[in-house]
Amino acid sequence: MSTATTDTMARYWQLEPHHHPEGASTGLGFWVYLMSDCLMFAVLFAVYGVLGHSFAAGPGPRDLFELELVAVNTAMLLLSSITFGFAMLAMDKADRPGTLRWLAVTLAFGLCFLGIELYEFHHLIHLGAGPQRSGFLSAFFTLVGTHGLHVTFGAIWLLTLMVQIARNGLIPANRRRMACLSMFWHFLDVIWIGVFTFVYLLGMI
Amino acid sequence: MATFSNETTFLLGRLNWDAIPKEPIVWATFVVVALGGIALIAALTKYRLWGWLWREWFTSVDHKKIGIMYIVLALVMFLRGFADAIMMRLQQVWAFGGSEGYLNSHHYDQIFTAHGVIMIFFVAMPFITGLMNYVVPLQIGARDVSFPFLNNFSFWMTVGGAVITMASLFLGEFAQTGWLAFPPLSGIGYSPWVGVDYYIWGLQVAGVGTTLSGINLLVTILKMRAPGMTMMRMPIFTWTSFCANILIVASFPVLTMTLILLTLDRYVGTNFFTNDLGGNPMMYINLIWIWGHPEVYILILPLFGVFSEVTSTFSGKRLFGYSSMVYATVCITVLSYLVWLHHFFTMGSGASVNSFFGITTMIISIPTGAKLFNWLFTMYRGRIRYELPMMWTVAFMLTFVVGGMTGVLLAVPPADFVLHNSLFLVAHFHNVIIGGVLFGLFAAINFWWPKAFGFKLDMFWGKVSFWFWVVGFWAAFMPLYILGLMGVTRRLRVFDDPDLRIWFAIAAFGAVLIACGIAAMFVQFGVSILRRNRPEYRDATGDPWDGRTLEWATSSPPPAYNFAFNPISHGLDSWWELKQQGVPRPTAGFMPIHMPRNTGTGVILAALATVCGMALIWYVWWLAAASFLGIVAVAIAHSFDYDRDYYIPVSEVQATEDARTRRLAQGV
Repeated sequence: MSTATTDTMARYWQLEPHHHPEGASTGLGFWVYLMSDCLMFAVLFAVYGVLGHSFAAGPGPRDLFELELVAVNTAMLLLSSITFGFAMLAMDKADRPGTLRWLAVTLAFGLCFLGIELYEFHHLIHLGAGPQRSGFLSAFFTLVGTHGLHVTFGAIWLLTLMVQIARNGLIPANRRRMACLSMFWHFLDVIWIGVFTFVYLLGMI
Repeated sequence: MATFSNETTFLLGRLNWDAIPKEPIVWATFVVVALGGIALIAALTKYRLWGWLWREWFTSVDHKKIGIMYIVLALVMFLRGFADAIMMRLQQVWAFGGSEGYLNSHHYDQIFTAHGVIMIFFVAMPFITGLMNYVVPLQIGARDVSFPFLNNFSFWMTVGGAVITMASLFLGEFAQTGWLAFPPLSGIGYSPWVGVDYYIWGLQVAGVGTTLSGINLLVTILKMRAPGMTMMRMPIFTWTSFCANILIVASFPVLTMTLILLTLDRYVGTNFFTNDLGGNPMMYINLIWIWGHPEVYILILPLFGVFSEVTSTFSGKRLFGYSSMVYATVCITVLSYLVWLHHFFTMGSGASVNSFFGITTMIISIPTGAKLFNWLFTMYRGRIRYELPMMWTVAFMLTFVVGGMTGVLLAVPPADFVLHNSLFLVAHFHNVIIGGVLFGLFAAINFWWPKAFGFKLDMFWGKVSFWFWVVGFWAAFMPLYILGLMGVTRRLRVFDDPDLRIWFAIAAFGAVLIACGIAAMFVQFGVSILRRNRPEYRDATGDPWDGRTLEWATSSPPPAYNFAFNPISHGLDSWWELKQQGVPRPTAGFMPIHMPRNTGTGVILAALATVCGMALIWYVWWLAAASFLGIVAVAIAHSFDYDRDYYIPVSEVQATEDARTRRLAQGV
């Protein structure tokens, strides 16, 4: 085969060995997933916007919300985001025990958040302000509850990943998973800031 | 109305003997389906095909096999959807002059609901998903999609949704609400039994698959293109698929959440869409159409891509106005989010709102019109070969223009007040969905079949199918335009005015012609399979139509790894350029190829999701909880498996490519 033909072939076919980085699409794929999840929350915010004043002669935000409790709750979630950041920093330093420690702290904050939210839900239902009471309460419980479910799944994922990091170390696959979970966790933070602002703060005005 | 009871027992929920339908038509169907199923299972067992099916197909992560499985699913469900259509046509021509016809209202209402749900979610969607799955990675010169396991899982979730929907035929009932299940009719008060729950969980299970496959294909197109293939060098089918997948990712979550809210209304007693305690039924209709209108474009955009590929291939010219085609597609993608309210101008949102949505709707016809002119100019002075794909394309152009124009007519709010919910509307959307989506899918099948299986489809039976379909379509739906203009509304079961009957008779006759077209299509498949080794059917070259894009650069059918070497793109129509330059095919120097490994996890997860859906429908709470925990456990277990890929050794690549070299030498 002449060199000229080989050159033409090399122009149209990748004849030399080349490296495909493994999992190169994962970051983008997870981003796109998060955006689709974001749209689910967008629907819930829109629904809350439509039904937020449909009290059906029942209690409204000012009768029900305790901002002090919500403030503590918000602090829990925001702190968990910071500690997740610390876990990522430890991972970058290839510090496995440090990563696991910070993940454990993150998990603890996340569980506190969930605990406080469950207490709030229980309290509201006890007051007779359950999700069946009015359109407003249906929208409130579903928006806040969907966020809480996401945090629950995040917690299960976090626990799984801790086991995997403990077993297999900070291998590339686990680093990728950390990057995805960290995006997920911060995403939930952003959503919560929306909930805190539009549901709780604006509701109290 | 069927008798039913919502009293539950712990073990079986609300499932009891009342769940078995009492109607002879359903019984006869059940017997036929059961006999067919038993025959199929017996044949698979006799020829020991189960292991082969499991290893080579069910657990496969190969985008080509998954694509084919999607299309098989679509074809099977198409027969069910069409059976519903024929039953409706028969009922509507029968029930005149005091006759009640042969379907009671409970049965008839399920049929029109099932027809719509099945045709959109389990025929059109799997069809286009399968097509994109098969063709897109080949067109961009990739070896698979970005997330091959997810692809397998998505497919099986779609199957799970179809299984749930089909189960409603023999166990309980399906929704009697129409295909979008508007509340308050779909609320627990007016639909107290399992029908709407079948609808909800069938769509939710399938919807997970659709959303994930949308993400997968979107990322594949962004990340896996051959070196040198910039966005503006992508084949036009890849472009339209890209836009369709953006729409999937950006609209299916809305459907999912809307159905979750309806579920909460039904299961928990919330008040999102109820008439009392602050609920708002119109909110459901807005939300579902915010998904529903983009859905229309999810269906048609990939087929616009097919028509573009077919027109340029069979005219022997590069596509006229490639960039304008891309911009038109992107315009349609964006605009499809700004028109949802035209589905319910009669809501009463006022003149300004209606004008806005009327105008945005009419604006969509501009990029669509641009596309049509691009196709015509591609054909202009081309050497047109009227092979089957091209025939379907020309039939599409003639048919779709009429459907498009009646769409613009409906976009005028005052006209819509007269035509809303009439048979005119039914005729319009069948005109665009059959004339656009279905004709496009038939063009695609005839176009890419040789690529997938290595032999062409029979021309004679293809033409028989074509003419029956096209004539049948016009006979079946033009009468509906006339009936709609006369004021006949959709979904009616009996009629008083005998003057209307002739139009229903013509429509029924058209449906019979379409049935012949469908039969001829299956004969076409059978005949072609039998004659596949004849030289005039065989595709030894991998390029039977003198194609232009990269999928024609590899063999037919392509090897598991698609391309032994990744192609490098230097412009549009990469394969055409390779042929023009006379670039020889590399036959030595192969390297081991990195490929994903098959896995059964997708099948298991989807099976558990299907069980969970059925348990929720029948209020079998323990089973729902158990299967849900099973899903979580299997997913976690799967994440502990880090060993998901392997290398195809050089010797195997060499052997495969040598075989192709021999075939090419014989073929020429």
